[in-house]
Amino acid sequence: MSKKTRLVIDGQSVPFCEGQTIMEAALLAGIYIPHLCYHPLLQPHGSCRLCIVEIEGKILPACTTPATSGLEVANDTELLNQKRRTLLQLLFVEGNHCCPSCEKSGDCELQAMGYWLRMLDSPFPRFFPRRKLDASHPEVLLDRDRCIFCERCVRASRELDGKEVFALGGRGIHTRLIVNAPSGLLGDTNLASSDHAARICPTGALSVRKTAFHTPIGARSYDRETLAKVTIRRAAKLLNGKERNG
Amino acid sequence: MGSASGSVTKQDTADILARYESDPFLLLPILQEFQDRFHFVPPQAKEAIARHLSLPLSHVEGVVGFYHFLSDEPRGEYEILLSDCIIDHFRGRESIRQRLCDQFSTRTESAQADARVSIRQTACTGLCDQGPAALVNGYAIAALDVQRVEQMVALIRCHIPVNQWPETLFQIESNIRLPGPLLYADLVPGKALERAFQETPEALLTRLERSGLRGRGGAGFPTGMKWRLCRETPGEHYLVCNADEGEPGTFKDRELLRHHAHAVLEGMTLGAWVTGAAEGYLYLRGEYRFLRPVLEQTLRERRKAGLLGEDIGGMKGFDFDITIRLGAGAYICGEESALLESLQGNRPRPRNRPPFPVTHGLRGQPTLVNNVETFAAVTFIALHGSEWLRNDGTETSPGSKLLSISGDCSRPGIYEFPFGTSIHEILDTCGAQSPMGVQVGGPSGNFITPREFTRRLAFDDLSTGGSFMIFNGERDLLEVIENFTRFFARESCGFCTPCRVGTSLQERLIKDLRQGKMRKEELPTLQQLGRIMATASHCGLGKTAANPVMTTLEKAPQYYQRAFVQTGSGTTAQPCPMENPE
Repeated sequence: MSKKTRLVIDGQSVPFCEGQTIMEAALLAGIYIPHLCYHPLLQPHGSCRLCIVEIEGKILPACTTPATSGLEVANDTELLNQKRRTLLQLLFVEGNHCCPSCEKSGDCELQAMGYWLRMLDSPFPRFFPRRKLDASHPEVLLDRDRCIFCERCVRASRELDGKEVFALGGRGIHTRLIVNAPSGLLGDTNLASSDHAARICPTGALSVRKTAFHTPIGARSYDRETLAKVTIRRAAKLLNGKERNG
Repeated sequence: MGSASGSVTKQDTADILARYESDPFLLLPILQEFQDRFHFVPPQAKEAIARHLSLPLSHVEGVVGFYHFLSDEPRGEYEILLSDCIIDHFRGRESIRQRLCDQFSTRTESAQADARVSIRQTACTGLCDQGPAALVNGYAIAALDVQRVEQMVALIRCHIPVNQWPETLFQIESNIRLPGPLLYADLVPGKALERAFQETPEALLTRLERSGLRGRGGAGFPTGMKWRLCRETPGEHYLVCNADEGEPGTFKDRELLRHHAHAVLEGMTLGAWVTGAAEGYLYLRGEYRFLRPVLEQTLRERRKAGLLGEDIGGMKGFDFDITIRLGAGAYICGEESALLESLQGNRPRPRNRPPFPVTHGLRGQPTLVNNVETFAAVTFIALHGSEWLRNDGTETSPGSKLLSISGDCSRPGIYEFPFGTSIHEILDTCGAQSPMGVQVGGPSGNFITPREFTRRLAFDDLSTGGSFMIFNGERDLLEVIENFTRFFARESCGFCTPCRVGTSLQERLIKDLRQGKMRKEELPTLQQLGRIMATASHCGLGKTAANPVMTTLEKAPQYYQRAFVQTGSGTTAQPCPMENPE
């Protein structure tokens, strides 16, 4: 058993085990650090940048920064939340996100993040990109308009499902989610709707078909509780489970 | 060069793959060979490559889609890539492009009327001292003028393969204007090794540390400390020379590799001796592929002389060799961890750090990565002692620095100045004509105005990997800025949110500004974007991509003020020539 040490987040003393990141320590202590690309079951990634925290004047992502003893971390500050809001605005203008007509509404982490960070509008012009919709798979829909390139599906397919269904293609603003099939179609991959990869998307880019309105609007995850509360509860369960099994 | 596109057969594919081992490290070289022969990587080939290397097809597609010099779609049998560097623009690139497009009734970046020719643009090709420049099927042609364009057009019309074009077209000038201790230094191949072998690796390390040599790539990490860290980390060591000189306006490694290849390769060999690396890579930017034959020849000479291979220099058990790897059009590969990913056959995405390459590099093993100029300097420190470096420069920035000087001066080219030299002195030496601004360190560096010309070249003042672009009073500063923002948008790898979205938004906002479509009230948006890119980006590219906008907004706001729409009528802004702010 690794030895317990402590760090400080926003003045609160937080225990952690050696090898944990700031994000893991925070979530286990019930402290919410906003994030989209991080997932408790996956290797840390550090691409969405929403989890930036301030450590000794430096801005660093909490999900990839190792926890070290005595570290003083600023998390829930107006300055950092402002920055996170800007990052979120960038994600919203980059894709085609139309919450009122999206079946993921209420279960979408991107949308819930908008409420959590009180994003009311965006000063940035929208891109309105043209991206291919892939409805070739009988059980899973890929709507690239809603993809934020967090690579949760890419990692889940590789790390949890033992498949390599997804990858990123292109470069820069033209980056796109691609799938592992000569036809380029999801229906020609070995993805199953029970795969982690099919169910781990924080937005509505990947959704399991024929389940869209099983839970009515108003009764969904983030309709009744905040993103922070739901995330901490789920993460604690997954992280504790990981520790028991690992 | 090679057969016509589209006619790739199963046999062709099998023949090519038969020459490569089944190692994912070989993905990029394999893809480059297909691109060279067929002017794209055909779908069947991608599948065969994936099978050959036991990689998912999507991995292969992800890599093809990343590099500018690889493509899914057939490109012209004659692929012309015009350098989009601002210096090339100021040397008349636009009229060259226009002429070429008229000749082949095509527009850049779009489907061409003449299927044999494609004309597109690419980031700075490292020939700003002799632009405008272009790459034709990967090979550099400098000093483009009407006459040379006509010559190219005639050759294409007569269907002459590029490898049969007259050599004079591919002639690249050296333009070494001011040699210093490094460029003057003579090396009898093997002498530095011989000298080092008289003592221990520890003695060479001490000598390096005493010299105070700092990495010449721009960041200035102490070389001796890096070598020691690498040496002391247990594992199977690797060594990499970063010759991916991609910062716009830089071209000094081009000449170091051309005329001082022995010094660079000997520095690498010394690094291998100190760290125990058996394998070394020289990662050469794709734009410099014309240097590859010279370098391969030098490697052969060194192997023959016993300076590479087994028991190097008669030192029993010291085995080391160097492989040249070619980049494929990606500025991000200059970032050392992205470069390592590229070598490993992955999308070149900068890694999360720590751990650093010095302890976890290639294949997760300790890896020594240094710049071309750094390795060359090591060779002469090994040969002549730490004083060789200490004789020049300042206490904290010892030695001299190679500068690639381009833009508005009478003698653009390569200069070697001791650290501590003032910008005034540099401008006088190269014959700058009424300079109104200098971009030190390329787009990711610093823009300085005349009131700062007393500042000095040094790691703790103005640091540069070598780019030094001079602009006179007739240049439109906002045209420079627009060019720089376009560069970053094209080169962002797309991994992190602030850089992926921010660089493209920044490009769009500056374009709006230049077209007279931006209101003064929108200025805070531009600044907000710059701040988030600088603070939240994953790597140096994103962190510096807003520098051109942010520094000029601070130092020369008047250019922006004049370009804002006053009435919201959307009239085109007037060009804004630079002026002395004094």
